[in-house]
Amino acid sequence: MNQYYTLADHFSILPAVMLALFGCAILLFDAGIPFVGPIFPDPRQRKWLLIFVAIAEIFVGYGLATQQMWLTSNAAELTGFGGSVTVDGFGIFFNWIFLVAALVVAVVSYKYLEIAGEHHGEYYGLILLAQCGMYFLATGTDLVTLFIGLELMALCFYVMVGFLRTDKRSNEAAMKYLLLGAFSTGFLAYGFSLMYGISGSTKLADIADAITRRPAWDPVVFLALTTTAVGLLFKISAAPFHMWAPDAYEGAPTTVTAYLSVASKAASIAFLLRMFLGPLKDARVMWEPLLIAVALLTLTVGNLAAINQTNIKRLLAYSSISHAGYMLLGLIAGNDTGIKGVAVYVMVYTFMNLGAFLVVVAMRRQGIIGEDLDDFAGLAHRHPTYAYLMLIFLLSLAGIPPTAGFLGKYYIFLALIQTQHYALAVVATLYVAVAIYYYFKIVHSMFIREETEKAPLASSFGLQLALGVTAVLTLAIGIYPEPFLNLANNSTSLLR
Amino acid sequence: MDQHLLSIVLLTPLAGLAVLLFIPGKSKDLIRWWANLAAFAGFLVSLLLVSRFQTGTPGFQFEERVDWIPSLGAHYHIGMDGISLLLVMLTTLMGFVAILGSWNAVQDRSKEYYAMFLLLQTGMIGVFISLDFFLFYIFWELVLVPMYFIIGVWGGPRKLYAAIKFFLYTLAGSVLMLLGILTLYFQHYAQFHFYTFEISELIKTSLPLGLQQWVFWAFFVGFAIKVPMFPFHTWLPDAHVEAPTAGSVILAAVLLKMGTYGFLRFSLPLLPQASMDKTIVQVLAILSIVGIIYGALVCLMQQDWKKLVAYSSVSHLGFCTLGIFSMNPNGIAGSVIQQVNHGISTGMLFMVIGIIYERRHTRAIAEYGGLAHVMPKFAVIFAIAMLSSAGLPLLNGFIGEFTILQGAFEANRIWAAFAVTGVILGAAYLLWLYQRTMLGQVTNGKNLTIPDMSLREIATFVPLIAWAVWIGIYPKPYFDILQRPVAEIVERVRPGYFAGGRLAVTQPQPPTPNPQPPFSQPTLSGGDR
Repeated sequence: MNQYYTLADHFSILPAVMLALFGCAILLFDAGIPFVGPIFPDPRQRKWLLIFVAIAEIFVGYGLATQQMWLTSNAAELTGFGGSVTVDGFGIFFNWIFLVAALVVAVVSYKYLEIAGEHHGEYYGLILLAQCGMYFLATGTDLVTLFIGLELMALCFYVMVGFLRTDKRSNEAAMKYLLLGAFSTGFLAYGFSLMYGISGSTKLADIADAITRRPAWDPVVFLALTTTAVGLLFKISAAPFHMWAPDAYEGAPTTVTAYLSVASKAASIAFLLRMFLGPLKDARVMWEPLLIAVALLTLTVGNLAAINQTNIKRLLAYSSISHAGYMLLGLIAGNDTGIKGVAVYVMVYTFMNLGAFLVVVAMRRQGIIGEDLDDFAGLAHRHPTYAYLMLIFLLSLAGIPPTAGFLGKYYIFLALIQTQHYALAVVATLYVAVAIYYYFKIVHSMFIREETEKAPLASSFGLQLALGVTAVLTLAIGIYPEPFLNLANNSTSLLR
Repeated sequence: MDQHLLSIVLLTPLAGLAVLLFIPGKSKDLIRWWANLAAFAGFLVSLLLVSRFQTGTPGFQFEERVDWIPSLGAHYHIGMDGISLLLVMLTTLMGFVAILGSWNAVQDRSKEYYAMFLLLQTGMIGVFISLDFFLFYIFWELVLVPMYFIIGVWGGPRKLYAAIKFFLYTLAGSVLMLLGILTLYFQHYAQFHFYTFEISELIKTSLPLGLQQWVFWAFFVGFAIKVPMFPFHTWLPDAHVEAPTAGSVILAAVLLKMGTYGFLRFSLPLLPQASMDKTIVQVLAILSIVGIIYGALVCLMQQDWKKLVAYSSVSHLGFCTLGIFSMNPNGIAGSVIQQVNHGISTGMLFMVIGIIYERRHTRAIAEYGGLAHVMPKFAVIFAIAMLSSAGLPLLNGFIGEFTILQGAFEANRIWAAFAVTGVILGAAYLLWLYQRTMLGQVTNGKNLTIPDMSLREIATFVPLIAWAVWIGIYPKPYFDILQRPVAEIVERVRPGYFAGGRLAVTQPQPPTPNPQPPFSQPTLSGGDR
């Protein structure tokens, strides 16, 4: 064993170190530097903390870029700490997604939090610390690393979901999320302990070897598999473990909902892929029927429950459940196209879903919650730009070309056809038509109904910038996807 | 410019849209003028296509091909043959006419209205000229969104129901079609080891018959819903009745043709064995005939003027699909001609309804009667539109129906026998409609003061009537244009068809240029032969 850590060890976790340092620094700044006091006593000045977030993300981006360069020049994986962390194309790809999500969410938050009267500096710290946890979810190759990453991320989210301290809904959401989250983590820990029992090691590679040596349908492996799956499926809000999602999404501050629905889901999907295509790869006969059932149920629950929602955040919550179903289908296909498909799907989902939530963020005004379908009535008359942006995001979420969402679905369908899951493909495509129904309820409200609320939107420079970026990317990926597809190509490193 | 002529035709409406976005919403006149100008420009540039088009040349003309998404094998590949040419001309003309016809009808949110129409134009033209399946699919879906808004925002009282029904139906069909496309695409990859969506490459894939049939049904769902063929037609009356006039015109004249065009361009050439499969041909022909007769019978029962015309579309499109699945040159060429005819005549009928609706705000047939006394000009134009739709000789509808029936007769006499009843019923419901609304004494006092058609309104009909008469009297140029592509399709689905000595052609190889049309033309079309 290495007694002294090498340079490669540090290099492999460099972005996470940056995130942790800056996250803690922001917490300190806000709590007060000894003898000086909080540097931003006035809540209105706290938006300057964004500079720290931005600097942190620049460092992270730099770290990721150099790691990528290292990978290309050495054509090997970058492992650290005796195989606890493995930086590969897959991990780097997902980390870029986390970076974009964190940056966008941080930039749009200040206005929202000011209106909600809860603008505290630690919010930005929590965003960075959660991202630090995600880093390990995407790159960890050791049960302990992964578990700690997951808990770090989840704990930050528990706090952020309940960030509106005086709001009952927010408190309720945080409590529900915490209790159910803890419950599912218990399952995960149980599964991990069984895996350790099977292999005597916490390294994913060792576990994979041990499981390969086991006979097919080995009960212990099956138990380890199902319990791990429960924990993981909970995190990506797949049915029947999705109950927390609508409540948490609705109660949380909308900016947090955006972060939760995008980054947390992306990280959990990365984690899921690492587990199912890593140590559990040879147990495919066992988990494939299981996941098919879960995916179908998830698509059904997500799409059908969304139809009757009148709260946009709940509607988008159910829609994000159904998107988890599509991502699972990519994993079920499991070939090169499928994994690339999941990566592309997560990428486009990040932009379009962030965008849709950003429009909801803009609807939150002084004294107006702005989350109801009725609040969107007639938006096209008063704020056509926002309405048309929302239209783009909704079309993309539904998967209508030429938006990015189509490309994500395209890969999933193609992978299903390549692996001859025809029936699954038919069901998955038909749910596209169901989805358009509820997405177009919002469109109908925005474009066809008369306006009811005349108050101007709560727009800020950060919000406009973020909306512009997400919308341009949503369209750009749809119209000229080549560079983005090449980016996603790296992610298939997981299969090798 | 010549190499990019087709792109220019495709992008002219889009360029008009881009400028339109910068016109402030308050200057309504400017918006109207600009939208009309853009649509007219679109029509003018498409005329260049006609003058440069070389009749009888095999394959595609005005081809443009650029790599678009190399890793998917998607290309920006466009081009046209005779079938596309006719449908593109129909699109640009009807688009212009529809936009011109909206001059007074649309006052509310006119900027968005015209923007949607221009977007729709590009989408529709794109569908007819795409030679890459990916590109085709994008245009195919692109059409849905503006049409949803046109029905949903500017439509009648049940517009929401109609708009979302239209959207859901067509989308459900097209996603299933996408699965078919992907199957074909993947099979091609398995055989040739590179991904491509190009039709010219996909056509080389040899599929086992069983798989071909599955893919055929997947395509069928997408195209049949769009046409719409009999059991899938229920979205059509709702969409037509609720849509604003111009929306109905475009919907009937062009959008429905996307389905029939899909059969001709994709189903038949890409899946030749499945298309000739006995069961499939039988099922499709029977569905077509049921559509013809059922649509006509339902028309007889309608109390609503617009609904009647909507159901007549089901009947007429039944002829088009019957022609296609006769699988012989007459049937297919007749089908394409009939698609154009239906666009012209049903477009005119919907415009007629729009004109009367603008004046009286009701479409109930019982409200009218004896209008010919009050509105003589209107009565003449309605008569021409009605007769062209009913298939009176010397007008366009006759040529199409006649040729289709010829083709159907050649394929199966029983089909032709049943289909002919559709012609009779068609004349019945249309003449009865005319009689109830236009002839006799004015029964309703409110109708006494209706103003007759204005010059602008008449102007919108002039090009359509001229076209209808042209096709009716001298259809030879159309059959000449269609001869080559239709022969290629028939040769593809029935190899050796032209060698069988059944028709005038003796050359067995399809690419050999042949001065004579390989099939007989309707003899009543004039003394040119």
